[in-house]
Amino acid sequence: MSPGSKIVSLGHYQPSRVLTNDDLAQLVDTTDEWIRSRVGIAERRIAGDETVADMASAAAEKALASSGLTAADIDLVVVATCSSIDRCPNVATRVAARLGIRAPGAYDLNTACSGFSYGLATVDHAIRAGAARNAIVVGSEKLSDLTDWTDRSTCVLFGDAAGAAVVTGADEPGIGPVVWGSDPEKGQVLRIEGWRPYIYQDGQTVFRWATTVLAPLALEACAKAGVEPRELAAFVPHQANLRIIEPLARKLGVTNAVIARDIVESGNTSAASVPLALSKLVERREVPSGAPALLFGFGGGLTYAGQVVRCP
Amino acid sequence: MTRDEITAGLAEILEEVAGVNPDDVVEGKSFTDDLDVDSLSMVEVVVAAEEKFGVKIPDDEVQNLRTVGDAVSYIEKAG
Repeated sequence: MSPGSKIVSLGHYQPSRVLTNDDLAQLVDTTDEWIRSRVGIAERRIAGDETVADMASAAAEKALASSGLTAADIDLVVVATCSSIDRCPNVATRVAARLGIRAPGAYDLNTACSGFSYGLATVDHAIRAGAARNAIVVGSEKLSDLTDWTDRSTCVLFGDAAGAAVVTGADEPGIGPVVWGSDPEKGQVLRIEGWRPYIYQDGQTVFRWATTVLAPLALEACAKAGVEPRELAAFVPHQANLRIIEPLARKLGVTNAVIARDIVESGNTSAASVPLALSKLVERREVPSGAPALLFGFGGGLTYAGQVVRCP
Repeated sequence: MTRDEITAGLAEILEEVAGVNPDDVVEGKSFTDDLDVDSLSMVEVVVAAEEKFGVKIPDDEVQNLRTVGDAVSYIEKAG
């Protein structure tokens, strides 16, 4: 048992194939200007043969390599995803097998775009409870498998990616208390359902929910961690739309924080978006080690989860 | 509140949210076609209007508000 836990390292993976807005304009009736002005996306990465497990493994491998730990030290693997076509064995055990992690607790969780913050909370809780010592938590999505490439309102939004964190016990908690919840009555506005599922979204309703409901919840996550918004070094919300991210940052008053805007180059990658963006910020040394960052995921369910973490 | 007062209030909101010239905000104008207000800005207008006029404008109703006049009528009835 440990009084807290912390992120010791991060890693991410994106497929090499870039799909630009101009590429999409060849497929559906849209334009670069329309996409940039509505959501802020310039390009996204689209997987080829890579599966959700392949991308998750690649991200987890990088995180493990820079953690100072080895596969033998890891006793819990959690993968957040809503897009894995392969159901069993689950993605977490596939990742464990790939990395040579011998006998970890291993489970997938699905809260769509808020998945990484849910996963981070559950591994933090497991470490505090003594059920694990060192964990890997991953968000990995291959949304291109679930995209209707004839629907111009959705096919321009999504990308494929994975991001991962290695989490270990700490005397000084580096993962703040989670604020999580859902709005089940609104569930129908964002769906991936049926026998051959495609992503369906009522964009206006999701936008309204995100721009009106989330700010107080994100402030609650700061309050629970004892951190003032102006003290944050980074704000890493789910990368759904710049027109959600920027007003949210203004409402929170995160005046000294680097605001993650990875959506511009990666699109919306659901559960992968937060660890992907955070991993890039840390890799580019845009946030100092030990500095507080607010993570906040939100999306399908509708679900949300967020917490303040100390950057590795 | 008169229709003119509601229109003037909407004009203030539209200027702030979407940079629309207040002189262009008259009842016959379409939000999308004439005033160039896109679907997400329309949501921001609706949220601001709820606060300004103390009314509820449900999600389902937003798509029915095509013109400034539609919005004025809705707010007048709901107020």
